[in-house]
Amino acid sequence: MDKKMNQIHTRSILFIATLIFILAITFLHMSDHALAETPEQKGLAIATEADQRDTGYKDSIADMLMILKNSHGQESRRKIRFRSLEVEDDGDKSLTIFDSPKDIKGTAFLNHTHKVDDDDQWLYLPALKRVKRISSRNKSGSFMGSEFSYEDIASQEIEHYTYKLLRDEEYEGMDCFVTERYPVDIKNSGYRRQVAWIDKEEYRTLKIEYYDRKDTHLKTLTMSGYQQYEEKFWRASEMHMVNLQTGKSTLLQFSNYKFKVGLSDDDFNKNSLKRVK
Amino acid sequence: MKTIASIIFVLFSSLALTAPLMAFEINGHVSAEGRLFAHDPLYPDQEKNNASIALEPEFYHAWDVDYSLIFIPFLRIDNSDSERTHFDIRELNILLLGNPWELRIGIGKVFWGVTEFVHLVDIINQTDLVEDIEGEDKLGQPMVHLSAPTDWGVLDFFVLPYFRERTFPGRDGRLRPEDVIDTDNPLYESGAEENHVDFAFRYSQIFDFGDIGMYYFKGTSRDPLFSPSVNSNGQTVLLPYYQQIDQVGTDLQMVSGNWLWKLEALYQDNEIKSYYAATGGFEYTFIGIGDSMIDLGIITEFAYDGRGDEATTSFENDLLLGLRLGLNDTAGTELLASLSYDLDNKGNVFRFETSRRITDNIKVFLEGWVFFDTTPEDFLLYSIREDDFIRLQLFYYF
Repeated sequence: MDKKMNQIHTRSILFIATLIFILAITFLHMSDHALAETPEQKGLAIATEADQRDTGYKDSIADMLMILKNSHGQESRRKIRFRSLEVEDDGDKSLTIFDSPKDIKGTAFLNHTHKVDDDDQWLYLPALKRVKRISSRNKSGSFMGSEFSYEDIASQEIEHYTYKLLRDEEYEGMDCFVTERYPVDIKNSGYRRQVAWIDKEEYRTLKIEYYDRKDTHLKTLTMSGYQQYEEKFWRASEMHMVNLQTGKSTLLQFSNYKFKVGLSDDDFNKNSLKRVK
Repeated sequence: MKTIASIIFVLFSSLALTAPLMAFEINGHVSAEGRLFAHDPLYPDQEKNNASIALEPEFYHAWDVDYSLIFIPFLRIDNSDSERTHFDIRELNILLLGNPWELRIGIGKVFWGVTEFVHLVDIINQTDLVEDIEGEDKLGQPMVHLSAPTDWGVLDFFVLPYFRERTFPGRDGRLRPEDVIDTDNPLYESGAEENHVDFAFRYSQIFDFGDIGMYYFKGTSRDPLFSPSVNSNGQTVLLPYYQQIDQVGTDLQMVSGNWLWKLEALYQDNEIKSYYAATGGFEYTFIGIGDSMIDLGIITEFAYDGRGDEATTSFENDLLLGLRLGLNDTAGTELLASLSYDLDNKGNVFRFETSRRITDNIKVFLEGWVFFDTTPEDFLLYSIREDDFIRLQLFYYF
């Protein structure tokens, strides 16, 4: 009797254990499915994480030397000062001031970036003391005759693209995500897609390949000399854009980065344009 | 002149000595110019072509972020027109930055307006007409200017204690009426003459969809009427007459995609003939035409002046069409071509201007003007009907 009971007991334990095992496997498998992100979700998550890590810089200033090179290797230089202001719940504001060439010295470009709507942009022409509102749809237009377009140098808001994680890859000895991003404003962007190499450790963008509307590889941007400021914010000291179709290139060298210098909205309005020096 | 120079010298040297040298900059440009006219002059005494040189240095000194001084003298020497040889202080002022207001005291320059061709509402500075008939060159205006940004817009207050007369070509110069304008004997409605104190108040605000500005001005009109007279040599001359005016004006600009919509309008109350005037239109930009870096802008504007034939401008009922080409190249090459077409068939103007950087310090400007189908009803255009010209300027920036 006892023996029989024991047998039944053992069997039922075995049965329950098996059941639990099967259930567990099924459940684990299901949950694995349920938790798994699509490449699109992963791409967005990477962009969000990179944006998160750069949140809280408040404001920053930097000097920029722009070196334009044509296909014959002839060089032309521009000196530029750059100021930016973090705006909560909207795109950042930026002010770009030209110091050289001398004929455009004092010319200033004010941009109020928006997450969804068109940006608001003004250009100040010092000789005429005139502030001109400009059409902000010129995203694909060249910035100052360089290989950078307005959309390349504008504040990179998450909402400006949709994303897709392509693969993991080693680049310059660093483990990287390789993600693809697609402009939301298809009509005005100069690109069909961009492929970005982002390092897994610090979420810094190291390289971007730009594909034009016909999906031809147009330009490659490499960003190097990253330095960390305020123990948080990474900034590249060199950005090198090469146009593969024309052989021209533009090198941006950044220096004198300063953060939290106390800039406010009043430093990014039309009045502030007129008093830049 | 000597007094001004010594005041400036004392100002600069004392300030430079007492305050720690934060930033002192000298920039500016020299330029050489030739104007070639297509036809022989219409009036005796006029010389056919002219050449000139100009110098415009800029001295800037900032002590800290809150105080700065700017000084921009201007000198042109012209080989044929003694009125075009002239000196002006474009700017000499101190800027005090409060938070958030700012105060500018001294000789300064202010521009109001949005349209491309007719600068209708711009009124603070007098036009330096001998420089350029387009009217974009301005004389320095003595002013106290307080600018106060608020959450609901920017308020600007101006006290303008001294009036600047418009410059006009002399007897030897071209681009003038048959009777020379006698700038030595101006007439004023106000007994205070050029010492009349003018006032202006402006409100402006920016929105996502566009910019808006409106103002009130009370004082001496920048835009003279003319009164025929005979000078001591027995020659008929025109005396400029500067009225006292009350003027309200507005400038609006809307942005929508590649479209920019613009409007300027004013109402002027004066003793002789009060009037309305307006100008406006649009600019549409094609970006990167044909997969290139070239931008093409199409501008269409209309200008109306309620005074009709008595208007002091030739834009009393005109359609203005323009093409703007921006090459976006390293040389910064730009071209603007325009046609001003009089809807009453009184006279038309074709104009182009182009500029290009040759080296980092040298830039070349070329412009051309053609006046055609002119009639005596448009007195200003009719006077200069034989004055089609091209102007070549070479700028060296330092």
